[in-house]
Amino acid sequence: MPNILVVEDSPTMRQLISFAMKRIPNAHVIEATDGVDALKKLSSDKIDLILADINMPVMDGLKLVSLVRGNPVFKDIPIIMVTTEGAEEDRKRAIAIGANAYLPKPIQTQELLKLVSKFLSDQSK
Amino acid sequence: MEKESGYINKADEFLQMFKKGEEFTKEILRENEKLRYKIVELEGLIEKSGDNARTRLYEERIKLLEDEMNSLKEKFRAVEEENKDFATKYLEVEEENNNLANLYVASYQLHSTLDFSEVLRIVLEIVINLIGAEKFAVILLDDKTNELVPVATEGMGIADAPKVKIGEGIIGKVAKEGESFFAENLMNAEEYLPFEPIVCIPLKIKEHVIGVLSIYKLLSQKSGFTNVDYEMFNLLAGHAATAIFSSRLYTQSERKLTTIQSFLDLLKEKPKK
Repeated sequence: MPNILVVEDSPTMRQLISFAMKRIPNAHVIEATDGVDALKKLSSDKIDLILADINMPVMDGLKLVSLVRGNPVFKDIPIIMVTTEGAEEDRKRAIAIGANAYLPKPIQTQELLKLVSKFLSDQSK
Repeated sequence: MEKESGYINKADEFLQMFKKGEEFTKEILRENEKLRYKIVELEGLIEKSGDNARTRLYEERIKLLEDEMNSLKEKFRAVEEENKDFATKYLEVEEENNNLANLYVASYQLHSTLDFSEVLRIVLEIVINLIGAEKFAVILLDDKTNELVPVATEGMGIADAPKVKIGEGIIGKVAKEGESFFAENLMNAEEYLPFEPIVCIPLKIKEHVIGVLSIYKLLSQKSGFTNVDYEMFNLLAGHAATAIFSSRLYTQSERKLTTIQSFLDLLKEKPKK
């Protein structure tokens, strides 16, 4: 059963992404409201994939990515950034820090589901 | 002498008989040869006729199999077409499902609270995340002054958003007539006219307009609107209006109730002094 961590400060987006993740067979969604909350959830649950926003209070998504990549326990968890920042340089920056994919908002649910399924199946191999 | 001629006669007779026997044997051998030849010929014929029958049988069988294969090919093509059709329909249904999920979440969130400021925050979240707007304002009608007053903004300060008289400009006209406005050019318009909306949606409860949602700029990655965006605008026009109106009334009544309660408490306390 894959555990997906959704890190998003907007309750609407959190609900929307969690709702979409119900389409992934057996997926279990764990929600976090910012980077710090996400790190807590990472320590308490076994996470298979992270979906994170960039602009968040307390700790933003980019800081979260760099901390996850720097931690030997979590470094291999795939991270998909879901953000309103659509510029190419933002995408490059996120990928350079360690994000596996970058999806600008408004998200296309189908595209998000494809990406999540791909990373989860790559992990199970 | 007589005896000798008798022997000669007998020898002639025997020779005659032997010759006849020889001829008869030769004749039998010839006949035998002929019969053998005929048998070979007949055997050849029989074999040939058997081959033809088998060939005919095989040909018929091949034809049957070919017909069957063609019919299967035809059926396969039909199934393939049907499959393509199903795949397209599946994608359409999936898209529709996703769109409905978005609308459901938006509507669920809008009606999840009676707190006015929270409802405004949810409207902002929906417009940013689900529509993809970067700069916009929620403008409500002040019944006392008949002015449209910004109550929540994104990408600009609330003080920067202009107040508008009903009927004035695009915003005033949308509020007056209750019809949505979509600019022809959605991109770059903001550079020249920063407070000229590219989209203006009336927030309506039935036919009563309580305000407008005015969008000035879309996110750079958003190049245009899809069907679900228009559905979202429709949803915002109705559901956001109801949520804003009811939460504002609720917040006002809560405030009034608190004031009355404090007043009553004050009245109750007075005689004690």
